[in-house]
Amino acid sequence: MVSLDLLANAVVAGILLGGFYAAVSLGVSIAFGLLDVVNIAHPVFVILGSYAVYVTNTAFGLDPIVAGIVFTPVFYGIGVLVYRIYYVSFEKKGQESLRGLVFFFGVLFIVEVGLTLKYGVDYRLVEAQYIGESLRFGPVGIALRLLVPCVVAVLLTLVLYLYLAKTFVGRAIKAVSQDSLALRLMGADPVKVKDVAFGIAIATASLAGALLIMIGPVEPSMNREYIGRVFAVAVLGGMGSIGGTFLAAVIIGVAESLTSTFFGPSWAVAVSFGVLLLALAVRPAGLFGS
Amino acid sequence: MTADGFLEVENVTKRFGGFQALSSVSLHVRQGERFGLIGPNGSGKTTLINCISGTLRNDAGRIVFEGHDLTAVPAHRRTRLGIARSFQIPKPFASMTVRDNLTIPLEYAARAHGVDATEQARAILRLMGLEAKAHAAAATLTQIEMRKLELGRAMAAKPKLLVADEAMAGLSSAEVDDILDILFQLNARGITIIMIEHIMRAVMRFCERIAVLDAGEKIAEGGPEAILANAAVERAYLGQ
Amino acid sequence: MRGRKFGVVVIGMVLAGVLFTRLGANQYYYFAAYVILQYVVLATAWNILGGYTGYVNFGTAAFFALGAYTSVVLIKGFAAPLPVLLAAGAAVAGLLGLGIGYLTLRLRGVFFSIATLALAVVLQTMVINWDYVGGARGISVVRPGRLPFFGSYVEFLFAVMLLLAIFAIAVAWWIETSRIGRGLAAIRDNEEAAECMGVPTLRLKLIATTVSGSLMGVAGAPFPYYVTFVEPSSAFNLDYAVNSLAMPMIGGTTTWVGPVIGAILLGTTQQVATVTISSALNLLIVGIILVAFVILAPDGILGLVQRLKGGARA
Repeated sequence: MVSLDLLANAVVAGILLGGFYAAVSLGVSIAFGLLDVVNIAHPVFVILGSYAVYVTNTAFGLDPIVAGIVFTPVFYGIGVLVYRIYYVSFEKKGQESLRGLVFFFGVLFIVEVGLTLKYGVDYRLVEAQYIGESLRFGPVGIALRLLVPCVVAVLLTLVLYLYLAKTFVGRAIKAVSQDSLALRLMGADPVKVKDVAFGIAIATASLAGALLIMIGPVEPSMNREYIGRVFAVAVLGGMGSIGGTFLAAVIIGVAESLTSTFFGPSWAVAVSFGVLLLALAVRPAGLFGS
Repeated sequence: MTADGFLEVENVTKRFGGFQALSSVSLHVRQGERFGLIGPNGSGKTTLINCISGTLRNDAGRIVFEGHDLTAVPAHRRTRLGIARSFQIPKPFASMTVRDNLTIPLEYAARAHGVDATEQARAILRLMGLEAKAHAAAATLTQIEMRKLELGRAMAAKPKLLVADEAMAGLSSAEVDDILDILFQLNARGITIIMIEHIMRAVMRFCERIAVLDAGEKIAEGGPEAILANAAVERAYLGQ
Repeated sequence: MRGRKFGVVVIGMVLAGVLFTRLGANQYYYFAAYVILQYVVLATAWNILGGYTGYVNFGTAAFFALGAYTSVVLIKGFAAPLPVLLAAGAAVAGLLGLGIGYLTLRLRGVFFSIATLALAVVLQTMVINWDYVGGARGISVVRPGRLPFFGSYVEFLFAVMLLLAIFAIAVAWWIETSRIGRGLAAIRDNEEAAECMGVPTLRLKLIATTVSGSLMGVAGAPFPYYVTFVEPSSAFNLDYAVNSLAMPMIGGTTTWVGPVIGAILLGTTQQVATVTISSALNLLIVGIILVAFVILAPDGILGLVQRLKGGARA
């Protein structure tokens, strides 16, 4: 018998988790969906964000979310730098697919091993007064360490959505891979537009990293389980659609949460990868793609 | 018009999602013929030849080549049966030399091996005027050389039917004549040719019979003069 | 001429191997040499699909671990001898390879690569939840007793891996110089054009994924006896995926020589670095060398050599 309370709790936790997954995946949706840059190193930048937040939190007691925001310009800069290297070395020569992929794989490895060298493989966590608190609505409990990340993720999604829809640069980013003619009519330099877009994609990793380390302790190799998750979300969400990304993230979150509740947490990781394999095999354009 | 059963395209239909790319198109191409396929951009020409060569599967209708129903036949087997094509945007095997580009169809489609394959490759290169480039990397060729390699590679498959998809796009007038010369020579050797082309001068000079596609439907078919005089064709090209 | 180069390498490897055992070297050297040879197999196997065919597999660890865990099951359940383990590991991993070969029908380029990564995680999760093979905790494996001719079981494993490495190189050499190799290169350059030129692309891709997968599996089959304690985190280690792709990339991906050079160079560097510096730092070195090579020398060491030769001639 499936207990209704258990089910309700699992669904609510899944929705909250899914919101957080959206924050982690937005950068991939932008880079992969809009720029055709397969940045499989995105999750490792999220982990890097977590460690940046961890260091400032333990040293200065800075609130994790504030720290996450403070670091966004730094991550933006890292993003622009990485894209510049990628552009000059691969995209310009038309070698982006195979070697570009290997490049990001190498970057992933370097950042992960670098973090391991500096901080070891121990789990790290942060302090904030609201972590550990929880609200109750009848039988359903909502942990603030899940609710706060979800709310921040929703805000981040909204901001990005409005930015891409309403601003000049945002519209240029949307046009950069699909419609080079429109871009030229707008008078925008595609490489500069991609600089900005990739910078923003990596900047979201800083905030997502803050959310990640609020939800639970973090260690360097954790990025790997997020690779499948973020690409599952990006593919399922229809490659570059911000709204689709959010919906897909919630679907994956709920699916994982249900699996975790009814089959045990060790199966949860496989869910997103399973969904990804299925989505790729059945509908490569994604559920919400055209 | 009597059909000789060489290539029969019967009521071929193809949809992409909600978009109807081909609606019930029928064509009969006779052995040894020089056949032209024209129509405005997006009229379904390339979709149709993709269905003939097998890189796309038609949703309805059937294509029969020398008595073989091609419906379930994959593209590489169609090539072995004798249907070869060139691509509108050249797709050379860029990491290989020009000669090795020919070795692939020679070995896989024409079943020529060793010394035999080398000889045949040399003969085709001579015909195409690419002899001097035999050992050059395919990626280093000029536009016209790339077009010639594209045709030469299709020839290496020893086709009975050659489908030339805009083999002359982007070439100068003299270069167009160059390619036309080659195509006439191939036809003289008994190879049936379907030409998809935008350069009307070339189509009118080369083709014995022409079919016109517009918005996925065949709107006219006949000799060059009849096509030029056809009001429906004029409307399709010039708009109303 | 190519055949002669191949012969020289094989004879060289056998002589080096025999010399190695005759020198009565320290046991540690056998452990280290085993790892390097294992990488020769993995890099060569990866290159058959990645280098020849152009499909980047991030899931080397999945195939390797499948070979290792097939052995675990056969050792635990049937006390099967090593030749059976090798054959079974190759067969099971080959089947998985056949499976991902069918994936290539729908998934090209990066989507294929991401799918192989996903496959590795799904497989690891299944093993973690499978108690019979020890689950997440891992499982101990007892080595068979002493063998004739060999001073220790590790020496024997070293000899086995040497033979496997030679076998893998022979397979790669055969594919490369045959019609299959030219067909695979055509697929790598342009799959649609290859199919239209008469190349049976699906069948060739299935051959490539199956052969590549089964060679990775066979490399994993002796692993339980080598480590004597198998756990998912070591068998599915991402290092296998990174190394098996970095080594051909560094050596050169278009011929069988590239992965061998890459594996020996990078493998030896790692072994030396592990002893003299630290194991984490040696992985950092691998990552940096990999990135440096894809940026600065995209055709690997062989490409560099060719460029130098070409420069000298011009």
